[in-house]
Amino acid sequence: MVQLVCGKISVAGLRERIAGAEDGAVVVFEGTVRNRSRGRCVRRLEYQAYEAMAQRQLEEVRLRALRDYAIRDIGIVQRTGSLEPGECSIAIVVAAAHRAPAFEACRFAIDTIKKTVPIWKKECYEDGAVWIEGAD
Amino acid sequence: MSVRVLFFASLADITGTREAEADASQHPTVGALFADFAARFPRLDSYRRLILSARNSEYADAETPVQDGDEIAFFPPVSGG
Repeated sequence: MVQLVCGKISVAGLRERIAGAEDGAVVVFEGTVRNRSRGRCVRRLEYQAYEAMAQRQLEEVRLRALRDYAIRDIGIVQRTGSLEPGECSIAIVVAAAHRAPAFEACRFAIDTIKKTVPIWKKECYEDGAVWIEGAD
Repeated sequence: MSVRVLFFASLADITGTREAEADASQHPTVGALFADFAARFPRLDSYRRLILSARNSEYADAETPVQDGDEIAFFPPVSGG
């Protein structure tokens, strides 16, 4: 499953939906908001998405991961809206029989999302805000 | 022949809107449509080489044809995750 949400992500809930008794490895990745960036103190991040396209692109990443890696399932939840430092902006859970493809598929998913899914973040500081454009 | 045009992130700041209407009969491709907006908002033109586009939620390029009822989006390089 893939999902765009505007409230807090339940990582435990995603894990419960994806992982099963047949899996020997479950990789859980959380992307979180850093409190410093480019030497400045970050107050919050504002995520904006082209929702219809983001949903389709996230689904495409999921299908490619299922096709190209020996995994049983993968779930992705991306949050949009205003987030504070420490909060989770994206959660990915990969379930597989063995750990190597689970790690590899998770890495593939987050790296591809950062390049292809139409979501942007604005870093808000005490004295201004800047759109971050392009993957970092 | 009307199309819905969407702008995101800094491009919405430049145009002052996230959504506009355009007459596609005057601009048969995504590139021509962009050029029309770039003429009205010169700061868009400085982004030309970086800007990405989509037609009906699928990535497009400058040659992609535009048809009545399409949703065309212009946006900067993505930064999700």
